[in-house]
Amino acid sequence: MFHFTVETKKPSPVDEAVYDFIALGGGPAGLNGALYAKRKGLRTAVLAYDLGGQLKNTSSVDNYLGFDNIDAGQLIDRFVSHLGSLDVPLITSVRVAAIEKQGDLFHLRLDSGRVIKTKTLLAALGGSPRKLDVPGEERLGGKGVSYCATCDAPFFKDKHVVVAGGGNSAVESAMDLAKWASHVTIIHRSKFRADQTLLDKLDKIANIDVRLETQILEILGSDHVEAVMIKDKRTETVSSFPADGIFIEIGTIPNTALFIELAHLNESKEIIVDGFQQTSLEGLYAAGDITAQPYRQIIIAAAEGAKAALSASNYLNKKGL
Amino acid sequence: MPKLLPAEVSEQIRSLLESMIDPVSIIYFTDHKCSSCLETGQLLEDIAGLNNKISLVVKDFAKDIDAVKQYDIRRIPGFVILDHEQKDRGVRFSGIPAGHEINSFLSALLEMSGVDSELNADILARIKKIAKPIDIKVFVTLSCPHCPGAVQTAHRLAMQNPFIRSEMIEAQTFQEMSRVYKVSGVPKIVINDKYELLGDQPPESFLDLIDKIA
Ligand SMILES: Cc1cc2nc3c(=O)[nH]c(=O)nc-3n(C[C@H](O)[C@H](O)[C@H](O)COP(=O)(O)OP(=O)(O)OC[C@H]3O[C@@H](n4cnc5c(N)ncnc54)[C@H](O)[C@@H]3O)c2cc1C
Repeated sequence: MFHFTVETKKPSPVDEAVYDFIALGGGPAGLNGALYAKRKGLRTAVLAYDLGGQLKNTSSVDNYLGFDNIDAGQLIDRFVSHLGSLDVPLITSVRVAAIEKQGDLFHLRLDSGRVIKTKTLLAALGGSPRKLDVPGEERLGGKGVSYCATCDAPFFKDKHVVVAGGGNSAVESAMDLAKWASHVTIIHRSKFRADQTLLDKLDKIANIDVRLETQILEILGSDHVEAVMIKDKRTETVSSFPADGIFIEIGTIPNTALFIELAHLNESKEIIVDGFQQTSLEGLYAAGDITAQPYRQIIIAAAEGAKAALSASNYLNKKGL
Repeated sequence: MPKLLPAEVSEQIRSLLESMIDPVSIIYFTDHKCSSCLETGQLLEDIAGLNNKISLVVKDFAKDIDAVKQYDIRRIPGFVILDHEQKDRGVRFSGIPAGHEINSFLSALLEMSGVDSELNADILARIKKIAKPIDIKVFVTLSCPHCPGAVQTAHRLAMQNPFIRSEMIEAQTFQEMSRVYKVSGVPKIVINDKYELLGDQPPESFLDLIDKIA
């Protein structure tokens, strides 16, 4: 009946030595980067607040080669135990507060005050949920406005909820919510971007319906979500659509605050990288959802992490560091 | 009741708990029939069986009135973790810490036993300065990956200052209470029954809010 997701790690001993490669972030990009770096013989560690990253926000994964429909928690366990088999230190439950480059070394200051030094750094901090940016969203946060279907679905038992978004994560969230809610309506401002296989599954679920080409203008309610104001873009009609909650799944914004001074970002505040995952700062690489690449997927993040580690290894060889 | 923890998970937890330094005690309050009391009791028994530094004392919520009063237990299933001097450091769990929440339970055991929580010196100084009663409730669901972080932070604050008490509350076990506190998103942090924070907030955010409380 109860399952247990053990993520707590043994306390990591303070390591004063200088690392060759630190993967900053415990999502697919950081973990795979660390795997590749360790295999190249680099002195490697993962530094992250949690392990799994955004994978933790979903229940199952259907598009990672080699695993059809794997529980997301299990996929994380596999990633982590693969790293464990190579003895890569996982320094978790820490937030990095500041990063500086002094000479050839990056100094990472953790929120505990501890400083960790490394010759190369992989920025793999992923993204945080993007907001709709409409009136009512902030005020009703936690009062019916949610960004985590797996966390909050139980509060919407037998209720009617809206899911905002049209990509894979919106459709997956709607399917998770449909197990609790009496009815789920997906509202999206344009056409679906989700995979056809997911949409085929969606079609078979009786308590989900869909409104495309529909924009959410406002979230309404006094002390709890009561409705969303929507505009049908085809007819230009505006109406109030009753709902007890709204789950916002419209992608992520990159966690690049720590890199604004260090590397070039694009207009969307994503880190710009070249074909080697190299950023504008020597020794700094970036991979996954934090970078300026259009496809936010586990396999892509993991692959970019691998490229970054191989590039870092080459850089260290060339520089003789 | 058969063991609740699968063998593989037990092994993982056993190895983690090897880092414990001093002994700790869990005082568990139950009536042996309340919703999820049996499972919570079994989980605590399983965990206590994994390391001899953990002792478990079971109290009857209806009969052991003195203990209920002493630890100010307000709902069951619920438990308190005491340090090696049997001192109550303000750490409470109400409802079963299963699912993701096993992590806040494990870190509470480790830190209560003396494992360093790695709070930075400034934060620690701010926590120590608090000189008014602070009651932190952290509402969680077991499927919430962001919740253990919030519970862990709240418990760390409690362990560092006798004025602070912190309680994890499993929202589905305590549905009526969740309704009263208008919980529909987790982690939801309620301080002194009045001030609210949402999400896995860093200790600074807890402290900024606590500083505002007269
Ligand atoms: C609901 C949902 C469903 C999804 N479903 C799928 C799917 O089925 N298939 C698929 O391929 N993709 C899916 N995705 C997308 C996929 O999860 C992401 O593309 C992928 O996780 C990106 O990996 P990443 O390593 O770049 O970053 P993330 O997964 O975002 O990981 C970032 C890491 O950085 C850490 N971090 C952030 N800031 C700090 C800091 N200051 N200090 C320390 N650590 C920090 C975090 O703790 C985390 O470990 C889904 C996404 C969502 C939200």
